Amino acid sequence: MALIKGNKKVAGDIYLLEVEGRFEGKPGQFYMIRVAEVDPLLSRPISIFEITENGIKFLYRIVGEGTRLLSKKRQGDQISLRGPYGNGYPSATGKIAIVGGGIGAAPLYETCKKLNNCNDTTAVDLYLGFSDEIILKENEWERICSSFFYDVGGIITEYVDVAKYDIVMTCGPDVMMKKLVMEGKKYGKQVYVSIESRMGCGIGACLSCTCITTKGNKKVCKDGPVFLGEEVYDL
Amino acid sequence: MTCSLGVKLNQIEFKNPVIAASGTFGFGQEYNGIYDVGILGGICTKGLTFEPQGGNTGIRLWETPMGILNSIGMENPGIEAFIRKELPQMKKWNTRIIVNLGGATEEEYLKSVESLNNSNPDMIELNISCPNVRKGCMAFGMNEKGAAEIVRKVKDASRHPVIVKLTPNAENIVRVAVACEEAGADGVSLINTVKAMAVDINEKKAVFENVYAGLSGPAIKPIALRMVHEVYKAVSIPVIGIGGIMNWKDALEFIMAGAHFIQVGTANFVNPEIGKEIVLGMQTYMEKEGIRSLEEIRGII
Repeated sequence: MALIKGNKKVAGDIYLLEVEGRFEGKPGQFYMIRVAEVDPLLSRPISIFEITENGIKFLYRIVGEGTRLLSKKRQGDQISLRGPYGNGYPSATGKIAIVGGGIGAAPLYETCKKLNNCNDTTAVDLYLGFSDEIILKENEWERICSSFFYDVGGIITEYVDVAKYDIVMTCGPDVMMKKLVMEGKKYGKQVYVSIESRMGCGIGACLSCTCITTKGNKKVCKDGPVFLGEEVYDL
Repeated sequence: MTCSLGVKLNQIEFKNPVIAASGTFGFGQEYNGIYDVGILGGICTKGLTFEPQGGNTGIRLWETPMGILNSIGMENPGIEAFIRKELPQMKKWNTRIIVNLGGATEEEYLKSVESLNNSNPDMIELNISCPNVRKGCMAFGMNEKGAAEIVRKVKDASRHPVIVKLTPNAENIVRVAVACEEAGADGVSLINTVKAMAVDINEKKAVFENVYAGLSGPAIKPIALRMVHEVYKAVSIPVIGIGGIMNWKDALEFIMAGAHFIQVGTANFVNPEIGKEIVLGMQTYMEKEGIRSLEEIRGII
Protein backbone atom coordinates (compact mmCIF):
# COMPACT_ATOMS: atom_id res chain seq x y z
CA MET A 1 0.00 0.00 0.00
CA ALA A 2 1.13 3.52 -0.70
CA LEU A 3 0.02 6.94 0.46
CA ILE A 4 -1.80 9.35 -1.82
CA LYS A 5 -0.19 12.80 -1.81
CA GLY A 6 -2.78 14.37 -4.07
CA ASN A 7 -5.56 13.58 -6.52
CA LYS A 8 -6.86 16.69 -8.22
CA LYS A 9 -9.02 17.50 -11.18
CA VAL A 10 -6.93 19.16 -13.89
CA ALA A 11 -9.46 19.38 -16.73
CA GLY A 12 -12.99 18.12 -17.50
CA ASP A 13 -13.00 14.53 -16.33
CA ILE A 14 -9.19 14.31 -16.11
CA TYR A 15 -7.38 13.87 -12.80
CA LEU A 16 -3.76 13.92 -11.68
CA LEU A 17 -2.96 11.38 -8.96
CA GLU A 18 0.25 11.59 -6.97
CA VAL A 19 1.43 8.72 -4.81
CA GLU A 20 4.27 8.87 -2.30
CA GLY A 21 7.24 6.52 -2.39
CA ARG A 22 10.18 5.48 -4.52
CA PHE A 23 8.95 4.07 -7.79
CA GLU A 24 10.65 2.75 -10.87
CA GLY A 25 9.56 2.83 -14.46
CA LYS A 26 10.42 3.80 -17.99
CA PRO A 27 8.37 6.24 -20.06
CA GLY A 28 5.38 4.40 -21.55
CA GLN A 29 5.26 1.70 -18.87
CA PHE A 30 2.23 1.39 -16.61
CA TYR A 31 1.14 0.39 -13.14
CA MET A 32 -1.84 -1.75 -12.14
CA ILE A 33 -3.78 0.37 -9.68
CA ARG A 34 -6.37 -1.06 -7.30
CA VAL A 35 -9.21 1.15 -6.17
CA ALA A 36 -10.89 -1.39 -3.88
CA GLU A 37 -10.05 -4.65 -2.16
CA VAL A 38 -12.39 -6.82 -4.21
CA ASP A 39 -14.99 -4.83 -6.12
CA PRO A 40 -14.29 -3.83 -8.83
CA LEU A 41 -12.28 -7.01 -9.13
CA LEU A 42 -9.70 -5.95 -11.65
CA SER A 43 -6.90 -3.45 -11.24
CA ARG A 44 -6.74 -0.53 -13.65
CA PRO A 45 -3.71 -0.26 -15.94
CA ILE A 46 -2.61 3.38 -15.87
CA SER A 47 0.50 4.69 -17.56
CA ILE A 48 3.21 6.59 -15.76
CA PHE A 49 2.82 10.35 -16.10
CA GLU A 50 5.90 11.30 -14.13
CA ILE A 51 8.32 9.76 -11.70
CA THR A 52 9.70 12.19 -9.15
CA GLU A 53 12.27 11.74 -6.41
CA ASN A 54 9.73 10.74 -3.83
CA GLY A 55 6.64 9.83 -5.77
CA ILE A 56 4.88 8.85 -8.93
CA LYS A 57 2.13 10.66 -10.82
CA PHE A 58 -0.67 9.31 -12.99
CA LEU A 59 -2.85 11.36 -15.30
CA TYR A 60 -6.14 9.59 -15.92
CA ARG A 61 -9.60 10.13 -17.31
CA ILE A 62 -12.78 8.84 -15.71
CA VAL A 63 -14.12 6.21 -18.10
CA GLY A 64 -15.79 3.61 -15.90
CA GLU A 65 -16.48 2.55 -12.36
CA GLY A 66 -12.84 1.92 -11.46
CA THR A 67 -11.57 5.33 -12.49
CA ARG A 68 -14.68 6.97 -11.00
CA LEU A 69 -13.85 5.41 -7.63
CA LEU A 70 -10.21 6.36 -8.09
CA SER A 71 -11.20 9.99 -8.56
CA LYS A 72 -12.87 9.93 -5.11
CA LYS A 73 -9.62 9.07 -3.35
CA ARG A 74 -8.18 11.88 -1.25
CA GLN A 75 -4.82 12.94 0.05
CA GLY A 76 -3.88 10.63 2.94
CA ASP A 77 -5.84 7.65 1.57
CA GLN A 78 -3.97 4.42 0.90
CA ILE A 79 -3.82 2.81 -2.49
CA SER A 80 -2.36 -0.41 -3.82
CA LEU A 81 -0.34 -0.42 -7.01
CA ARG A 82 1.94 -2.90 -8.77
CA GLY A 83 4.39 -2.33 -11.53
CA PRO A 84 5.99 -1.10 -13.59
CA TYR A 85 4.68 -3.34 -16.36
CA GLY A 86 4.98 -3.27 -20.14
CA ASN A 87 7.87 -2.32 -22.39
CA GLY A 88 7.72 1.48 -22.65
CA TYR A 89 8.97 3.77 -25.41
CA PRO A 90 12.47 3.16 -26.76
CA SER A 91 15.26 5.59 -26.06
CA ALA A 92 16.18 7.76 -29.02
CA THR A 93 18.30 10.71 -30.05
CA GLY A 94 18.14 13.27 -32.83
CA LYS A 95 15.01 15.11 -33.93
CA ILE A 96 12.04 13.57 -32.20
CA ALA A 97 8.32 14.29 -32.58
CA ILE A 98 6.04 13.31 -29.72
CA VAL A 99 2.36 13.45 -30.61
CA GLY A 100 -0.55 12.96 -28.20
CA GLY A 101 -4.31 13.15 -28.46
CA GLY A 102 -6.56 13.70 -25.43
CA ILE A 103 -5.70 11.51 -22.46
CA GLY A 104 -3.08 9.93 -24.74
CA ALA A 105 -0.92 12.78 -23.50
CA ALA A 106 -0.53 10.92 -20.20
CA PRO A 107 2.51 8.73 -20.94
CA LEU A 108 4.16 11.41 -23.07
CA TYR A 109 5.13 13.73 -20.22
CA GLU A 110 7.75 11.40 -18.78
CA THR A 111 8.72 10.38 -22.32
CA CYS A 112 9.44 14.00 -23.30
CA LYS A 113 11.21 14.73 -20.06
CA LYS A 114 13.55 11.76 -20.39
CA LEU A 115 14.32 12.20 -24.11
CA ASN A 116 14.75 15.95 -23.90
CA ASN A 117 17.40 15.62 -21.23
CA CYS A 118 19.46 12.94 -22.92
CA ASN A 119 21.96 15.07 -24.85
CA ASP A 120 22.55 18.47 -26.45
CA THR A 121 21.92 17.41 -30.02
CA THR A 122 18.51 15.90 -29.30
CA ALA A 123 15.47 18.06 -29.88
CA VAL A 124 12.02 16.96 -28.78
CA ASP A 125 8.98 18.64 -30.33
CA LEU A 126 5.76 17.95 -28.50
CA TYR A 127 2.37 18.18 -30.24
CA LEU A 128 -0.82 17.69 -28.26
CA GLY A 129 -4.38 17.75 -29.55
CA PHE A 130 -7.41 18.15 -27.27
CA SER A 131 -11.09 18.14 -28.10
CA ASP A 132 -12.37 20.62 -25.47
CA GLU A 133 -9.56 22.15 -23.46
CA ILE A 134 -5.88 21.72 -22.71
CA ILE A 135 -5.00 19.26 -19.96
CA LEU A 136 -2.73 21.02 -17.41
CA LYS A 137 -1.20 24.39 -18.19
CA GLU A 138 0.79 25.32 -21.27
CA ASN A 139 3.94 26.07 -19.30
CA GLU A 140 3.87 22.66 -17.64
CA TRP A 141 4.34 21.05 -21.05
CA GLU A 142 6.69 23.73 -22.39
CA ARG A 143 9.31 23.08 -19.78
CA ILE A 144 9.85 19.42 -20.73
CA CYS A 145 10.47 19.77 -24.48
CA SER A 146 12.32 21.84 -27.07
CA SER A 147 9.13 23.21 -28.53
CA PHE A 148 5.48 22.75 -27.66
CA PHE A 149 2.47 23.08 -29.89
CA TYR A 150 -1.10 22.32 -28.97
CA ASP A 151 -4.47 22.55 -30.58
CA VAL A 152 -8.03 22.40 -29.29
CA GLY A 153 -10.84 21.06 -31.44
CA GLY A 154 -8.72 20.45 -34.56
CA ILE A 155 -6.70 17.63 -36.01
CA ILE A 156 -3.23 17.64 -34.49
CA THR A 157 -1.60 15.50 -37.16
CA GLU A 158 -2.08 18.32 -39.67
CA TYR A 159 0.62 20.24 -37.82
CA VAL A 160 3.19 17.45 -37.69
CA ASP A 161 5.65 17.27 -40.60
CA VAL A 162 6.80 13.69 -40.10
CA ALA A 163 9.43 14.02 -42.88
CA LYS A 164 11.58 16.35 -40.81
CA TYR A 165 11.93 14.01 -37.82
CA ASP A 166 14.17 11.01 -37.17
CA ILE A 167 11.55 9.24 -35.08
CA VAL A 168 7.96 9.76 -33.93
CA MET A 169 6.35 8.54 -30.70
CA THR A 170 2.63 8.81 -30.23
CA CYS A 171 -0.29 7.93 -27.99
CA GLY A 172 -3.94 8.72 -28.53
CA PRO A 173 -6.93 7.81 -30.68
CA ASP A 174 -6.33 5.08 -33.28
CA VAL A 175 -7.21 7.37 -36.16
CA MET A 176 -4.52 9.83 -35.09
CA MET A 177 -1.84 7.22 -34.54
CA LYS A 178 -2.64 5.43 -37.77
CA LYS A 179 -2.29 8.69 -39.74
CA LEU A 180 1.19 9.19 -38.29
CA VAL A 181 2.16 5.61 -39.06
CA MET A 182 1.09 6.11 -42.68
CA GLU A 183 3.15 9.30 -42.90
CA GLY A 184 6.06 7.49 -41.30
CA LYS A 185 5.87 4.76 -43.88
CA LYS A 186 5.84 7.34 -46.68
CA TYR A 187 9.02 9.00 -45.44
CA GLY A 188 10.75 5.92 -44.05
CA LYS A 189 10.52 7.06 -40.43
CA GLN A 190 9.90 4.88 -37.40
CA VAL A 191 6.66 5.64 -35.59
CA TYR A 192 6.10 4.09 -32.17
CA VAL A 193 2.51 3.86 -30.94
CA SER A 194 1.13 3.01 -27.51
CA ILE A 195 -1.92 0.75 -27.68
CA GLU A 196 -4.79 0.78 -25.20
CA SER A 197 -6.57 -2.44 -24.28
CA ARG A 198 -8.77 -4.06 -21.64
CA MET A 199 -6.49 -6.00 -19.33
CA GLY A 200 -7.08 -8.71 -16.79
CA CYS A 201 -3.78 -9.56 -15.16
CA GLY A 202 -1.50 -6.87 -16.62
CA ILE A 203 1.49 -9.23 -16.62
CA GLY A 204 0.97 -11.41 -19.69
CA ALA A 205 -0.91 -14.42 -18.32
CA CYS A 206 -4.58 -14.06 -19.22
CA LEU A 207 -4.46 -13.14 -22.94
CA SER A 208 -7.32 -10.65 -22.60
CA CYS A 209 -5.36 -7.88 -24.31
CA THR A 210 -4.04 -9.82 -27.29
CA CYS A 211 -3.34 -7.64 -30.31
CA ILE A 212 -2.83 -8.98 -33.81
CA THR A 213 0.44 -7.80 -35.35
CA THR A 214 2.49 -8.60 -38.42
CA LYS A 215 4.65 -10.69 -36.08
CA GLY A 216 1.71 -12.73 -34.78
CA ASN A 217 -0.40 -12.30 -31.65
CA LYS A 218 1.19 -10.03 -29.07
CA LYS A 219 0.23 -9.19 -25.51
CA VAL A 220 -0.40 -5.47 -25.13
CA CYS A 221 0.48 -5.64 -21.43
CA LYS A 222 3.78 -7.48 -21.76
CA ASP A 223 5.03 -7.20 -25.35
CA GLY A 224 3.59 -3.65 -25.52
CA PRO A 225 1.90 -1.32 -24.91
CA VAL A 226 4.41 0.34 -27.24
CA PHE A 227 4.75 -1.17 -30.70
CA LEU A 228 6.25 -0.11 -33.98
CA GLY A 229 3.19 1.31 -35.72
CA GLU A 230 3.53 -0.60 -38.97
CA GLU A 231 3.36 -3.87 -36.99
CA VAL A 232 -0.08 -3.16 -35.52
CA TYR A 233 -1.92 -1.13 -38.14
CA ASP A 234 -3.11 -2.65 -41.35
CA LEU A 235 -1.99 0.04 -43.80
CA MET B 1 2.26 -30.46 16.19
CA THR B 2 3.00 -31.09 12.56
CA CYS B 3 0.18 -30.67 10.16
CA SER B 4 0.30 -31.64 6.52
CA LEU B 5 -1.44 -30.09 3.58
CA GLY B 6 -0.37 -33.03 1.42
CA VAL B 7 -2.91 -34.67 -0.90
CA LYS B 8 -2.69 -37.61 -3.30
CA LEU B 9 -4.35 -38.18 -6.65
CA ASN B 10 -3.87 -41.56 -8.29
CA GLN B 11 -0.61 -42.19 -6.37
CA ILE B 12 0.74 -38.78 -7.32
CA GLU B 13 1.58 -36.72 -4.27
CA PHE B 14 0.87 -33.01 -4.13
CA LYS B 15 2.48 -31.07 -1.30
CA ASN B 16 -0.71 -29.07 -0.88
CA PRO B 17 -4.13 -28.85 -2.52
CA VAL B 18 -3.67 -25.38 -4.03
CA ILE B 19 -3.51 -25.40 -7.83
CA ALA B 20 -3.43 -22.43 -10.20
CA ALA B 21 -6.43 -22.65 -12.52
CA SER B 22 -6.08 -22.94 -16.26
CA GLY B 23 -6.27 -19.73 -18.26
CA THR B 24 -5.43 -17.46 -15.37
CA PHE B 25 -1.81 -18.41 -14.90
CA GLY B 26 -0.39 -18.63 -18.43
CA PHE B 27 2.47 -21.14 -18.28
CA GLY B 28 3.48 -19.85 -14.87
CA GLN B 29 6.41 -17.77 -16.06
CA GLU B 30 4.90 -14.36 -15.27
CA TYR B 31 3.86 -15.33 -11.75
CA ASN B 32 7.18 -17.02 -11.04
CA GLY B 33 8.70 -13.57 -11.46
CA ILE B 34 6.47 -12.34 -8.62
CA TYR B 35 6.82 -15.27 -6.18
CA ASP B 36 8.33 -18.74 -6.16
CA VAL B 37 5.51 -20.76 -7.72
CA GLY B 38 7.15 -23.88 -6.29
CA ILE B 39 5.10 -23.21 -3.16
CA LEU B 40 1.94 -24.25 -5.04
CA GLY B 41 0.62 -27.79 -5.11
CA GLY B 42 0.27 -27.58 -8.87
CA ILE B 43 -0.23 -25.44 -11.94
CA CYS B 44 -2.78 -26.01 -14.68
CA THR B 45 -1.50 -24.71 -17.99
CA LYS B 46 -3.37 -22.35 -20.25
CA GLY B 47 -5.82 -24.48 -22.28
CA LEU B 48 -3.96 -26.25 -25.09
CA THR B 49 -5.08 -27.70 -28.38
CA PHE B 50 -3.16 -29.76 -30.92
CA GLU B 51 -2.90 -26.94 -33.44
CA PRO B 52 -1.98 -23.40 -32.35
CA GLN B 53 -5.02 -21.14 -31.91
CA GLY B 54 -5.21 -17.38 -32.31
CA GLY B 55 -8.21 -17.01 -30.03
CA ASN B 56 -11.28 -14.83 -30.39
CA THR B 57 -11.46 -11.38 -31.95
CA GLY B 58 -13.25 -8.43 -30.37
CA ILE B 59 -13.55 -7.72 -26.67
CA ARG B 60 -12.26 -10.64 -24.63
CA LEU B 61 -12.86 -9.46 -21.09
CA TRP B 62 -15.71 -7.66 -19.33
CA GLU B 63 -16.14 -6.80 -15.69
CA THR B 64 -19.38 -7.35 -13.84
CA PRO B 65 -20.07 -6.89 -10.11
CA MET B 66 -17.99 -9.51 -8.27
CA GLY B 67 -17.06 -11.27 -11.47
CA ILE B 68 -15.54 -11.17 -14.92
CA LEU B 69 -16.69 -12.52 -18.23
CA ASN B 70 -14.07 -13.81 -20.62
CA SER B 71 -14.07 -14.87 -24.21
CA ILE B 72 -10.40 -15.60 -24.86
CA GLY B 73 -11.20 -18.53 -27.15
CA MET B 74 -8.34 -20.90 -26.28
CA GLU B 75 -5.50 -18.81 -27.72
CA ASN B 76 -2.48 -21.09 -27.34
CA PRO B 77 0.76 -22.09 -29.10
CA GLY B 78 -0.32 -25.71 -29.76
CA ILE B 79 0.69 -28.82 -27.85
CA GLU B 80 4.00 -29.45 -29.67
CA ALA B 81 5.29 -25.92 -29.11
CA PHE B 82 4.20 -26.16 -25.49
CA ILE B 83 6.10 -29.43 -25.00
CA ARG B 84 9.18 -27.95 -26.64
CA LYS B 85 9.27 -24.46 -25.19
CA GLU B 86 7.21 -24.24 -22.02
CA LEU B 87 7.10 -27.62 -20.31
CA PRO B 88 10.88 -28.06 -19.76
CA GLN B 89 10.91 -24.73 -17.95
CA MET B 90 7.84 -25.58 -15.87
CA LYS B 91 9.26 -28.94 -14.86
CA LYS B 92 12.13 -27.15 -13.12
CA TRP B 93 9.72 -25.75 -10.56
CA ASN B 94 8.98 -27.84 -7.53
CA THR B 95 5.27 -28.22 -8.32
CA ARG B 96 2.96 -30.52 -10.26
CA ILE B 97 2.31 -29.57 -13.87
CA ILE B 98 -1.16 -30.34 -15.18
CA VAL B 99 -1.81 -29.90 -18.90
CA ASN B 100 -5.25 -28.48 -19.61
CA LEU B 101 -6.26 -30.07 -22.87
CA GLY B 102 -9.01 -28.85 -25.15
CA GLY B 103 -10.05 -29.84 -28.63
CA ALA B 104 -12.64 -29.43 -31.34
CA THR B 105 -12.85 -33.13 -32.21
CA GLU B 106 -12.13 -36.48 -30.62
CA GLU B 107 -9.32 -36.97 -33.11
CA GLU B 108 -7.70 -33.72 -32.04
CA TYR B 109 -7.81 -34.65 -28.34
CA LEU B 110 -6.23 -38.02 -29.10
CA LYS B 111 -3.44 -36.54 -31.21
CA SER B 112 -2.52 -34.29 -28.28
CA VAL B 113 -2.65 -37.21 -25.85
CA GLU B 114 -0.20 -39.08 -28.07
CA SER B 115 2.20 -36.14 -28.06
CA LEU B 116 1.90 -35.91 -24.28
CA ASN B 117 2.66 -39.62 -23.93
CA ASN B 118 6.13 -38.84 -25.24
CA SER B 119 6.50 -36.05 -22.74
CA ASN B 120 6.45 -35.63 -18.98
CA PRO B 121 3.63 -33.55 -17.52
CA ASP B 122 2.31 -34.91 -14.21
CA MET B 123 -1.28 -35.08 -15.31
CA ILE B 124 -3.86 -34.10 -17.92
CA GLU B 125 -6.91 -32.01 -17.15
CA LEU B 126 -9.31 -32.85 -19.92
CA ASN B 127 -11.16 -29.68 -20.81
CA ILE B 128 -14.66 -30.56 -21.96
CA SER B 129 -16.06 -27.36 -20.58
CA CYS B 130 -14.71 -24.25 -22.33
CA PRO B 131 -17.73 -22.20 -23.44
CA ASN B 132 -15.75 -19.89 -25.72
CA VAL B 133 -14.99 -21.96 -28.80
CA ARG B 134 -17.47 -22.61 -31.57
CA LYS B 135 -16.66 -26.25 -32.01
CA GLY B 136 -16.11 -29.12 -29.58
CA CYS B 137 -14.81 -28.63 -26.07
CA MET B 138 -17.89 -27.83 -23.97
CA ALA B 139 -20.06 -29.76 -26.42
CA PHE B 140 -18.41 -32.95 -25.07
CA GLY B 141 -19.22 -32.05 -21.50
CA MET B 142 -22.91 -31.20 -21.78
CA ASN B 143 -24.20 -34.68 -20.98
CA GLU B 144 -23.03 -38.02 -19.62
CA LYS B 145 -22.93 -39.79 -22.98
CA GLY B 146 -20.61 -37.27 -24.67
CA ALA B 147 -18.39 -37.01 -21.61
CA ALA B 148 -18.07 -40.77 -21.06
CA GLU B 149 -17.07 -41.42 -24.67
CA ILE B 150 -14.25 -38.90 -24.82
CA VAL B 151 -13.02 -39.71 -21.30
CA ARG B 152 -12.84 -43.43 -22.05
CA LYS B 153 -10.88 -42.87 -25.25
CA VAL B 154 -8.48 -40.41 -23.65
CA LYS B 155 -7.97 -42.67 -20.64
CA ASP B 156 -7.24 -45.65 -22.89
CA ALA B 157 -4.72 -43.63 -24.88
CA SER B 158 -2.98 -41.71 -22.11
CA ARG B 159 -0.13 -42.92 -19.93
CA HIS B 160 -0.75 -39.95 -17.63
CA PRO B 161 -3.53 -39.66 -15.05
CA VAL B 162 -6.54 -37.78 -16.39
CA ILE B 163 -8.82 -35.46 -14.47
CA VAL B 164 -11.85 -34.05 -16.22
CA LYS B 165 -12.87 -30.41 -15.99
CA LEU B 166 -16.64 -30.11 -15.92
CA THR B 167 -19.01 -27.40 -16.98
CA PRO B 168 -21.81 -26.02 -14.80
CA ASN B 169 -23.72 -25.57 -18.06
CA ALA B 170 -24.17 -29.34 -18.37
CA GLU B 171 -27.66 -30.78 -18.31
CA ASN B 172 -26.80 -32.44 -14.98
CA ILE B 173 -23.26 -32.01 -13.70
CA VAL B 174 -23.60 -34.79 -11.11
CA ARG B 175 -24.53 -37.33 -13.77
CA VAL B 176 -21.67 -36.14 -15.98
CA ALA B 177 -19.26 -36.56 -13.07
CA VAL B 178 -20.48 -40.08 -12.35
CA ALA B 179 -20.16 -40.95 -16.05
CA CYS B 180 -16.57 -39.65 -16.06
CA GLU B 181 -15.73 -41.78 -13.04
CA GLU B 182 -17.23 -44.86 -14.69
CA ALA B 183 -15.23 -44.09 -17.84
CA GLY B 184 -12.03 -44.18 -15.82
CA ALA B 185 -11.36 -40.54 -14.87
CA ASP B 186 -8.87 -40.15 -12.03
CA GLY B 187 -10.61 -37.04 -10.72
CA VAL B 188 -13.04 -34.32 -11.70
CA SER B 189 -12.47 -30.58 -11.47
CA LEU B 190 -15.39 -28.18 -11.30
CA ILE B 191 -16.70 -25.72 -12.15
CA ASN B 192 -15.47 -24.14 -15.37
CA THR B 193 -17.02 -20.74 -16.16
CA VAL B 194 -20.76 -20.19 -16.30
CA LYS B 195 -22.10 -19.34 -19.75
CA ALA B 196 -23.20 -15.73 -19.52
CA MET B 197 -23.57 -12.55 -21.55
CA ALA B 198 -23.21 -8.78 -21.45
CA VAL B 199 -24.93 -6.07 -23.48
CA ASP B 200 -23.56 -2.69 -24.50
CA ILE B 201 -26.58 -0.37 -24.54
CA ASN B 202 -24.71 2.41 -26.33
CA GLU B 203 -23.65 0.17 -29.19
CA LYS B 204 -26.97 -1.67 -28.88
CA LYS B 205 -25.30 -5.03 -29.26
CA ALA B 206 -23.73 -7.88 -27.33
CA VAL B 207 -20.34 -7.02 -25.84
CA PHE B 208 -18.75 -10.23 -27.14
CA GLU B 209 -18.52 -11.24 -30.78
CA ASN B 210 -19.55 -14.76 -29.71
CA VAL B 211 -22.46 -13.18 -27.78
CA TYR B 212 -21.94 -15.58 -24.87
CA ALA B 213 -18.87 -15.73 -22.67
CA GLY B 214 -17.74 -17.39 -19.44
CA LEU B 215 -18.43 -15.88 -16.02
CA SER B 216 -15.94 -16.43 -13.21
CA GLY B 217 -15.06 -14.85 -9.87
CA PRO B 218 -16.76 -14.52 -6.47
CA ALA B 219 -20.18 -14.16 -8.17
CA ILE B 220 -20.19 -17.90 -8.95
CA LYS B 221 -18.69 -19.23 -5.71
CA PRO B 222 -21.90 -20.30 -3.97
CA ILE B 223 -23.02 -22.20 -7.08
CA ALA B 224 -19.61 -23.86 -7.43
CA LEU B 225 -19.65 -24.86 -3.79
CA ARG B 226 -23.07 -26.47 -4.11
CA MET B 227 -22.02 -28.37 -7.23
CA VAL B 228 -18.78 -29.59 -5.61
CA HIS B 229 -20.79 -30.79 -2.62
CA GLU B 230 -23.30 -32.65 -4.80
CA VAL B 231 -20.59 -34.24 -6.95
CA TYR B 232 -18.52 -35.20 -3.91
CA LYS B 233 -21.44 -37.15 -2.54
CA ALA B 234 -21.95 -38.96 -5.83
CA VAL B 235 -18.41 -40.04 -6.78
CA SER B 236 -15.47 -41.71 -5.03
CA ILE B 237 -12.66 -40.15 -7.11
CA PRO B 238 -11.10 -36.89 -5.88
CA VAL B 239 -12.96 -33.66 -6.61
CA ILE B 240 -11.05 -30.48 -7.42
CA GLY B 241 -13.10 -27.44 -6.39
CA ILE B 242 -13.01 -24.33 -8.58
CA GLY B 243 -15.10 -21.18 -8.65
CA GLY B 244 -14.54 -17.75 -7.16
CA ILE B 245 -11.98 -18.76 -4.55
CA MET B 246 -10.49 -15.46 -3.41
CA ASN B 247 -8.68 -16.43 -0.19
CA TRP B 248 -7.77 -19.30 2.16
CA LYS B 249 -11.17 -19.16 3.85
CA ASP B 250 -12.93 -19.78 0.55
CA ALA B 251 -10.48 -22.62 -0.13
CA LEU B 252 -11.40 -24.28 3.17
CA GLU B 253 -15.10 -23.98 2.37
CA PHE B 254 -14.51 -26.11 -0.71
CA ILE B 255 -12.46 -28.66 1.26
CA MET B 256 -15.25 -28.92 3.84
CA ALA B 257 -17.75 -29.34 1.01
CA GLY B 258 -15.75 -32.34 -0.14
CA ALA B 259 -12.91 -31.15 -2.39
CA HIS B 260 -9.50 -32.85 -2.31
CA PHE B 261 -7.94 -29.94 -4.15
CA ILE B 262 -8.89 -26.40 -5.01
CA GLN B 263 -8.00 -24.24 -8.01
CA VAL B 264 -7.49 -20.51 -7.86
CA GLY B 265 -8.35 -18.59 -11.01
CA THR B 266 -9.76 -15.09 -11.22
CA ALA B 267 -8.19 -14.21 -7.87
CA ASN B 268 -4.75 -14.31 -9.54
CA PHE B 269 -5.77 -11.15 -11.41
CA VAL B 270 -6.89 -9.42 -8.23
CA ASN B 271 -3.75 -10.29 -6.30
CA PRO B 272 -0.99 -12.09 -8.22
CA GLU B 273 0.43 -13.49 -4.97
CA ILE B 274 -2.85 -15.05 -3.87
CA GLY B 275 -1.77 -18.65 -4.57
CA LYS B 276 1.05 -18.37 -2.06
CA GLU B 277 -1.16 -16.57 0.45
CA ILE B 278 -3.80 -19.32 0.29
CA VAL B 279 -1.20 -22.03 1.00
CA LEU B 280 0.14 -20.10 3.97
CA GLY B 281 -3.32 -19.18 5.24
CA MET B 282 -4.50 -22.80 5.18
CA GLN B 283 -1.35 -23.89 6.98
CA THR B 284 -1.89 -21.33 9.76
CA TYR B 285 -5.55 -22.29 10.11
CA MET B 286 -4.68 -25.96 10.52
CA GLU B 287 -2.02 -25.25 13.10
CA LYS B 288 -4.38 -23.05 15.07
CA GLU B 289 -7.24 -25.54 14.91
CA GLY B 290 -5.03 -28.55 15.62
CA ILE B 291 -5.88 -30.22 12.34
CA ARG B 292 -3.16 -32.68 11.28
CA SER B 293 -4.45 -33.58 7.87
CA LEU B 294 -7.05 -32.19 5.49
CA GLU B 295 -8.81 -35.54 5.66
CA GLU B 296 -10.09 -34.49 9.07
CA ILE B 297 -12.16 -31.72 7.58
CA ARG B 298 -12.77 -32.90 4.03
CA GLY B 299 -16.43 -33.38 3.25
CA ILE B 300 -17.52 -32.85 6.85
CA ILE B 301 -20.63 -31.06 5.65
